[in-house]
Amino acid sequence: MRRILAKLPLVFSLIVLISPTVLFFVWMLSLSLKYEIDNTAYPPILIPTEFAWENYTDVLESSSFAHFFLNSLIVTGLATLMALLVGVPAGYGIARMQAHKASIVVMIARMTPALSFLIPLFLMFQWLGLMGSLWPQIIAHLVITVPLVIWVMIGFFESTPMELEEAATIDGAGRWQIFTYVALPIARPGIVVALILSFIFSWNNFVFGIVLAGRETRTLPVAVYNMLSFEQISWGPLSAAALLVTLPVLLVTVLAQRQIVAGLTAGAVKGG
Amino acid sequence: MTGTIVNGAEAEAKASVAGRTTRLTPGYWPFVVPALVIVVAVIIFPWAFTLWMSMHEWKLGFARHFVGLANYAKLFSDERFLEATVRTVVYTVLATVLPVVLGVFAAVTFHERFPLRGLLRGIFIMPMMATPVAIALVWVMMFHPQLGVLNYLLSLVGIPPQLWVFSINGVIPSLVMIETWQWTPLVMLIVLGGLASLPTEPYESALIDGAGKIAVFRHITLPLILPFVMVATILRTIDAVKSFDIIFAITQGGPGTASETINLYLYSVAFPYRDIGYGSALAVVFFILVVALSLVMLWLRQRSRWILAGE
Repeated sequence: MRRILAKLPLVFSLIVLISPTVLFFVWMLSLSLKYEIDNTAYPPILIPTEFAWENYTDVLESSSFAHFFLNSLIVTGLATLMALLVGVPAGYGIARMQAHKASIVVMIARMTPALSFLIPLFLMFQWLGLMGSLWPQIIAHLVITVPLVIWVMIGFFESTPMELEEAATIDGAGRWQIFTYVALPIARPGIVVALILSFIFSWNNFVFGIVLAGRETRTLPVAVYNMLSFEQISWGPLSAAALLVTLPVLLVTVLAQRQIVAGLTAGAVKGG
Repeated sequence: MTGTIVNGAEAEAKASVAGRTTRLTPGYWPFVVPALVIVVAVIIFPWAFTLWMSMHEWKLGFARHFVGLANYAKLFSDERFLEATVRTVVYTVLATVLPVVLGVFAAVTFHERFPLRGLLRGIFIMPMMATPVAIALVWVMMFHPQLGVLNYLLSLVGIPPQLWVFSINGVIPSLVMIETWQWTPLVMLIVLGGLASLPTEPYESALIDGAGKIAVFRHITLPLILPFVMVATILRTIDAVKSFDIIFAITQGGPGTASETINLYLYSVAFPYRDIGYGSALAVVFFILVVALSLVMLWLRQRSRWILAGE
């Protein structure tokens, strides 16, 4: 009995901390599964007598959702892939050169407000005639993904042991051979962390889309935002769309929690 | 971050004495060049371009004139900008202090061992990973003055209905509430990392001395995790100043301009109004503000370390 009583403050704290999040997502789910009559009822209804599954099927079957989903996938996929291609070697080079000034540049890139890149990028894309394609957004997303990947990889390569690489040098391997056959295989967990974080932050990005996307080139966050502002608001389909947009990210968060935690706290904890 | 910077300087000094880095350095350049090209193209060049644009009177579609620093001078008499600055400061302070305090509390809670800890921590960090626009839409529906679930919940405990983001006085607190809910988990994760690295000796001797839980936290845990709390505070401050997605998606700076922070004002000057020159000057000033703020925070962090060392 005393042991249970001693645990009470902990249980209470946990309830206080977790309940807003649980209630929020439960309510989001509830909104997305109700007909308009239930969604506009007062007092609000949590579990309706009839589920409005068509909120989901309507969104999924509409051709525009598939189109915007594909846009999101292309923008996030290419921005992440390109960031890994250049960012992983860069993180390696910076870590091995111990070029700490370079990591400060990466830090400043993280601090800079995204909007301040957008005016010049917007003009450049117009002059280059790229507006109307997905390229402006892919390139703009590199502003987020490249520094992120470099940052995670510097931290990772700095903490991997040098002995194997030194042994390979003695065996006469060149730097690129060492990087490909020794450093990269060891760095796989770090690359996974960089990949996951880069994917999430690029997928979630909204500000580049509202400036650079046209009618045909919207990514999902922009498309779902436009549902709010330009169409008559019906809560059910809107919530269903919102949930579908963020579902990939929530799944990744739950499945790869350990990697996300490691990646997000890497730079910060190392500095402390 | 300062840790890296300071250690970096030391390491460089050591390395140049040994002549090791100078010998190794050139061979690693090719690894960095592709990333460098991209960083120059999408980050550094745009920056130089912004500086140049900020010295021109230039609306998109009209002729461009060189005006020197006139755009900057204009900022200081621009009431909308000055009001946005005050609002940004208020917003940043609130959206930093609340998540930091709650985040430390959450970290201490999650540091304990209990069943389902991993799952609950996973749920707890969901708000910061979820797509901000998707979250914003649901909050808009929950804030609805007549049909929203929040006013219903308030009515259950006898509190009169609120206007939330739809009133001039309620909009900033409501947005801060969302931001706190969203970003407390990041503070929690950083401080939790700090708690995991703490030595056990001070706790053992405190246990022998019979110190209470609160005294242990106040005199042992808090000083030890302070560097981590400072890092979290720095990151939170920088992110709060730049906050955009949630505010834009929910209020677009309204009602009126009641939630227009510098970042939102910058957006409306540069894009709907197409005032590229003035927008660029705003971007430059905003960037300087963010960097200055970061430097002040880093300096405070160093100071807190000296104070701790003096104890």
